[in-house]
Formats: sequence, C-alpha cells, structure tokens
Amino acid sequence: MNLLGKLDWNAIPLHEPIIMGATAFMVLVVLAVLGFVTAKGAWLYLWREWLTSVDHKRIGAMYCILALVMMLRGFSDAIMIRAQQALAAGGAEGYLPPEHFNQIFSAHGTIMILFMAMPFVVGLMNFAVPLQLGVRDVAFPTLNSVSFWLTASGALLVNISLAVGEFSKATWWGYPPLSEMQYSPGVGVDYYLWSLQISGIGTLLAGINFVTTILKMRAPGMSYMRMPVFCWTALAANLLIVAAFPVLTATLAMLALDRYLGFHFFTLEGQGNQMLYSNLFWVWGHPEVYILILPAFGVFSEVMATFSGKPLFGYRSMVAATMAICILSFVVWLHHFFTMGASANVNGFFGVMSMVIALPTGAKVFNWLFTMYGGRVRFSVPVLWSLGFMVTFVIGGMTGVLMAVPPADFQLHNSVFLVAHFHNVAIGGVVFGVMAGYNYWFPKAFGFKLDERWGKASFWCWFVGFYVAFMPLYVLGLMGMTRRMQHYDNLSWQPWLIMAAFGTAIILVGVVCQVVQLVVSIRNREKLRDVTGDPWNGRTLEWAAPSPPPAWNFAFQPKVAGLDAFWNSKSRMQAAKDDPTPTRKYEPVEMPKNSATGFVTAFFAVVIGFALIWHIWWLASVGVFGAFMTLLAFSFRRHSEIEVSAEQIAQFERAHQAGVAA
Amino acid sequence: MRYRLLAVVLIGAATLGGCTDGVLDPKGPIALAERQILLNALGIMLAIVIPVILATLGVAFWFRASNERARYRPDFTYSGRLELLVWSIPAMTVLLVGGVAWVGAHDLDPGRPISSTVKPVNVQVVSLDWKWLFIYPEQGIASVNKLVVPVGTPISFELTSSSVMNSFFVPQLGSQIYTMSGMATRLHLQADHLGTYAGLSAMFSGEGFPDMRFAVDAVTDDGFAQWVRQAREAGSVLDKQAYADLVKPSKAVAPFTYRVVAPDLFSGIVNAGMCTQDSSLSICSTSQRAER
Repeated sequence: MNLLGKLDWNAIPLHEPIIMGATAFMVLVVLAVLGFVTAKGAWLYLWREWLTSVDHKRIGAMYCILALVMMLRGFSDAIMIRAQQALAAGGAEGYLPPEHFNQIFSAHGTIMILFMAMPFVVGLMNFAVPLQLGVRDVAFPTLNSVSFWLTASGALLVNISLAVGEFSKATWWGYPPLSEMQYSPGVGVDYYLWSLQISGIGTLLAGINFVTTILKMRAPGMSYMRMPVFCWTALAANLLIVAAFPVLTATLAMLALDRYLGFHFFTLEGQGNQMLYSNLFWVWGHPEVYILILPAFGVFSEVMATFSGKPLFGYRSMVAATMAICILSFVVWLHHFFTMGASANVNGFFGVMSMVIALPTGAKVFNWLFTMYGGRVRFSVPVLWSLGFMVTFVIGGMTGVLMAVPPADFQLHNSVFLVAHFHNVAIGGVVFGVMAGYNYWFPKAFGFKLDERWGKASFWCWFVGFYVAFMPLYVLGLMGMTRRMQHYDNLSWQPWLIMAAFGTAIILVGVVCQVVQLVVSIRNREKLRDVTGDPWNGRTLEWAAPSPPPAWNFAFQPKVAGLDAFWNSKSRMQAAKDDPTPTRKYEPVEMPKNSATGFVTAFFAVVIGFALIWHIWWLASVGVFGAFMTLLAFSFRRHSEIEVSAEQIAQFERAHQAGVAA
Repeated sequence: MRYRLLAVVLIGAATLGGCTDGVLDPKGPIALAERQILLNALGIMLAIVIPVILATLGVAFWFRASNERARYRPDFTYSGRLELLVWSIPAMTVLLVGGVAWVGAHDLDPGRPISSTVKPVNVQVVSLDWKWLFIYPEQGIASVNKLVVPVGTPISFELTSSSVMNSFFVPQLGSQIYTMSGMATRLHLQADHLGTYAGLSAMFSGEGFPDMRFAVDAVTDDGFAQWVRQAREAGSVLDKQAYADLVKPSKAVAPFTYRVVAPDLFSGIVNAGMCTQDSSLSICSTSQRAER
C-alpha cells in the first residue's frame, strides 16, 4: 500500500506552461502577503484580531475579502474562456487544449457561484444583519467563525487543485455518468466534491446561525414588521440555505459513495439513475440562485431608500414578495432540464411555476421605482450599481421567462443564450448587488468612504462591459451555438465572440478600477474619513453605531419604535434639539471570547479533504481525529465570555462623541 | 438607452435570421412553431420591459437631488391602488406568457407525433463517444455523423446513449432532447425544405464534445431512396463486434455508412445498462475512457 495514495510527482503538471505560470503567480502572491505580514510584525495582531476573531463584523469582512480574491481567480478563468472561443474558429484549436479548457469552465462556474457570490453575500449579511437588528453579535459567534473557515477551506482546496492534480472537467453541475469513476477517473471530480462538501457544511452552519439570530435576537421593540428589508431578505436566504444545502450535501455524498465505494446511485450499471442526480442537484441549485439574489434585493432596497431620502415604498409588499420568492423557489427546479423528456404536463407545470416567480420580482422592481418617485436621489456609487441593476435585471428576467416557456427552451437549452441569461441575472443582479453593498457598508466597516471617482469608473466599465460581453451571446444562442465548446467550425460566430472577448476586456478595466479604488481610498483614508458613523444619512440601526463599530456594537441597547429606527430617532432628536441628552450610565458588556476553534477545525478539514482526494487514508483519519479533538476541546472550555468594563465603553463613547463634535 | 441596444441586437438578429442558420431560420414545422412562440412571448414581455426601463431612468433622472423643480414627498411610501397595479401588471404578463407556455408544452411535446398524411420515417439515434450513430430500422442501414431525411416526411426518433448524457439538436429543425444510457427518449421532427442543416450535441459530454457535430441532409424522396440504395451497396455490417469497435472513443469522425444493421441492436444498446458482465449481449461493456 502506498503511503501517499494516488499522489506522486506526476500530479504536478510541470509540462503545462499556462498552469505552471498561474501556479507560480499564485505562490508569489501568497509569499508576498506572508512576507508583508512578517515585515510588519503583524502575525500576533492578525492571529488575535482576525484569524481567531468571533466578531461578526470581522468575520463578515473576511468573507468579503475571500470573495474578492476568488473573484479575481474566477475572472481570470472567464478571460481565458473568452480568449479561447474568440480564437478557436474554423480549424483553429486556440491555445487551450480540451483537457485544460474543460477544467477552466468547470472551475469558473464552481468558483463564481460557491466561492465568490456565496461568501460575498454571506459576508454582507454577517456584517450588516446584527447591526441592523440592533444586537451585539450573532446567536452562535464561534460557530460563525467555524462557518467562515470551512468556506475558506473549500476555496483553498479549489486553488490547490491548480497546482496539485487537476480540477473537475465535468462542469460545475458534475452530472453523472460523466462525473462517475468510469468517465472521470482523475482526481478532478474529487476536488470538486470535497471542496463543495466542506464549504457546504460551513454554509449550512451559517444558515442555522442566521435564522436563529434573526428569529431570536432582535433589539427590544423590533417586531418582524419593523425589521429592515435587508434582514427580511437575509432571513429568506438563510431559510433557503437550511432547507436546500442538506440536499446538496446528500447528493454529493451519494456521488462520493459511487466514486469511492462502488455504489450505484447514479452509475450506468447496477440500476443507477442518472436523472436522479439532475433532479437532486437542481432541487438545491435553484434555491441557491435565490439564496444569492434575495440578499442582493435587500441591498438595493436599503440603498434606494437611503439615497432617495425616503422610506422604502410598499414595505409590506416587499416583505410578501421576498417570502413568496423564498417558497416558490422550491417548485421550479425542473426548468433546468425540460429537454429530458418529461411529459407535457410536467414541463407545462414547471414552466408556469417558473414564470410565477416573475410576479413578486416584478412587483419589487415597481416598488423600487416608486421609492425613487418623490425622493431626492443622490447618484452615489451604490445608487449607480442599483440603477444599473434595475435596467439590466429586467432584461435578464425577461430572457429567463422566455426560457421558462418549454418549447422555447427546447431550442435555447444549453445554448449560449442561456449563458447570456444567467450572467445577465448573476452579474446584473448578484454582482451589482454585492458591489452596491460593498460601497454602501465599507465606511461603516472601516471608518472611511471608498473613493467615488474610481468607484464610478468601475461601475461604468462593468456596466458597459457587461452589455458588450453578453449581448453577443444572446445572438449566438439564437444562431445555434451551444455552451462549453473548446472549438467550433462556424466562422460566422467568430465576430460575435471577438466582441464578447472585447466586452470582457472592458470588465477587466472595471475590475482594475475596483482594485485602484481600494488602494486610493486606503491611501486617502484621512480625507475620506467619516467620524459621524452616518455618512449617507442612513435609516437603519447600523448607522447609529460609530464607524468602525466597537466589538460591542452599541454602548446602549437600542430601543425600536418603528420602521427605519435610526431615521426616526434622528427626526426626534431634531425636534428636541434644545433638550440636553439625558446622561445614561454605561454598563459592562459580556462579549464572546475569541476562539481558534474555527481556524483549527478548518485546518483539519483541509487535511481531510486533501487526503480523501488523493486516497491517503491514514491522513484522512488523522484529520478526522484532529477535527473531533478540536470540537471536544471547545466543548470543555471554561470561560467563553469576557467582560468589557463600563469604563472602557464610556471611554470609547466619549472619544467618539468628541470626534463627532470636532 | 440599454433597451435600445437589446432591441437593436434582437431585431438585427431576427432580420439577419435568413443568413444565420440558427433557430430564427426554421426549416421545418416544429422549429417554425417554436420561433413563433419565442417571438410571441418576447413581444408580450417587451411591452412591459421597455416602459419599465424608460420609467426607471426617467424617474431617477427627474428626482435627482439637484432638481429644484421635482417635488420632495418623503411620505409617499404606500398606496393600495399602486400596489394593486404593481402586482397586477406582472400577473397579467405571467397569465399571458403562462398560457403560451402551457399550450406550447402540449402542442410541441417532443414525444408527440407530427400529424401528417405521409408515413413517418423511423430513425434510432445513439450518441457515442464522440459521434452520432443513426440507425434506419426499416431500411436496415446505419449512418455515422450524417443524417439523411426525406423532406416533407415526419421523422420519428428514438434516442439513447452508449455512455454519458448528450443532447440531440438540429437548431433549424426544432426541439432538442437528451440521450441517456439505459433508456430511450422520443422526438419528432420534420424538414420542409431541401438543404443541409447543422446538427450537434447540446450537452457537454467530455473531451471530444465540440466535434460531436453531424450534418442533416434533407433530400427529395427519390434522393432518399437513392441514398438508401447506395448505403446498402457499400460499407460494412454493423453487428455486435462492429458496434464494440465503434463504441471506442474517437473524435471528429468523417461520416460513413453501414450496409446492414443487426436487428434489435438499438434495443440491445438501450438495455445494456441492465445486463451483467456475462450476459449474452457483448455490448454490455461500455467504454472506459483513457485518462492522462
């Protein structure tokens, strides 16, 4: 028996210059970061304040950083796909062999959905939800840290696959029988399986945490109908996580049993049923779409109301629409495979149900429109992203409804028209949403605003680039081009694909602008500093806290008397301006203690994942034992909380008040 | 402004349809009906989508903070009448398009035979790694990577796969359908015009996937009879042994024909997933793909 399982030197693709170049670049970046931290002597700070932090704001920020890094990775894949398809026309083979191209589009999908969009959305919820609810942390702070580090573990495994072995070549769905041992004997699918399993468990834990937080931990007076809409959308998204992610875990577990232990859930032999996987995958996969888009809808609702200087129009209607989408998202999954040969009644039912989702979504668009109506709209960066969203998303929604008509889907299924559609809603909806949220909450998280000029430049490049990149794909889909083609012989497609590649280049400029925006903002942070904690004239409770908020968020527990709690209290203060604020006595606060549990568990999770991928059974046992011991050690710890003294809080508050007054 | 871009692109594509050989240039009744449904649904929705985009940009522009003439109404936060309106506009759209979807799903169900006075031609389709096998059971011949059909005649397809999932698709003739091992799906198409149309697999199936293309020759009845005659005179016999050779993965295979096909080959392929190693049918063992 080999001590290293399937792992040997052949696993490192030394003969592939593109892969080795990317690996070298990745290693250099990691070394540069490690070197920078060492040079600054910041290891202890990093360990104490970030890596072991259980503060929801820090964890939220780390989720967003992970998402931004993975976005660069996933976007590099996108550039390579577009470049390959722009070149490989007629007899040309392009620069990527199928072996490599198939890995790239599989990785692009997996990364963008699960390691870019998911962490970004979960990160924004982590940061904003407890603040908006007026509480000091989430329900289970250490579990929150475990969730984040498990997600990061999955992302790490995906990146390891670049250098050691290969990633899946069986698309981001991993449909069997293609993903079974018989047709994908390499380790690629195993990387896919274990990175999704590990991060999926992290996401499920996060979902449980947030449902509990929102249901059980709101500030006094904050009834359900006084919750900010972002919290409602977060509740809906996390209910979906709790309901849908176990399905993914079970499905992937069945595929793993097929691959590792010769089971026959989805195989061709032994009465396996490949259609079962498609159904199960999309029973998770379609709610997943709404897990991503609903919090984005929440961000737009907050941004529209804040920057119009008006409460959100039709709040109750928005809440109803959110919860309607939450439920309906479970009865549409079959529209992902109308072409499987189901009966006309089945196809018809799922087609109509898919369209019914357009009803609450359409109502939402109109409500955002009426939120602006009669307002004073300030065209700040978050508003640009929101307006770009409204314009782009209705087009994506329209093509979506189009494809929900079964006979239209028989023609457009798996075409690049479909690719254009879901990028239309994923970029126009989710990416624009998280970018709006990132620009909106950044000053709250770090105490200074992001640079407006570079932010606007970034938005316009993304916006224009999106249209130039994806409108040609709609045309190509109608011309009969199917997705995932490493090369093609129809020369009339090429001009459109070159145009799409050009659009991707414009988006690249947008991404560069975002990086520049961050660097410029950090450099000019003193000029961009916001001492009030309320840079946008906000409406919800997060703006009542100082920026960045202290670990305890609020010196006094906020009391809520209505919707837009902070806006109302500001109005009241305006009315009672001459009254001196009554002096209140500061009280000590119990805060959860930092814990290395998340980080250590995740370390062992990576070990387990890597060992299972390479069939190194002893190492997998070590990983399982280590993870178990970590949890055991956590369960037996004596002191889980520390007390922040009243004096410390008072001191912080006095400094903050002095800053505001100055 | 953006909607205009889309409209221009879509209208441009629609008018260019004549020279794009895509789904907007149908050559048979199924594709024709599907294009009609596509355009109907698009028309219904554009009637809502274009005004919404215009209204969004208009309202955002008019109510900009710097516009002194716009009235600030911070209390305009709810209106029952407007809510009724904003829910009923999408509801009506969904009702219309939903009707189109329900009726269309039944009328254009891939398994539904095309009503015609002409007797249909049966074709059995097998997706292989990475090529297409077309068996003509009545004619007793088979063809690889080339489908020849008589115009004006309904073609009744039975489809399966020798290995992974694929999707049989001829954009200009209409509906696609999955091919899956161990089962047979049904599809009915018809070509109304002479010509050669591109066919492809629309479901990623591995390394040779982009080369899983085939040509569809729509010929006259005489042309079809002549092609069948020629096929019967040349080529080899497709029996279990020949099939076992054919199943082996290969890419970009030039079209060729078999003069005789073993009877029940197709049902043998469909049932291959059910049988065990020692079964009498040698086609049980599906190919193991080579891996780097």
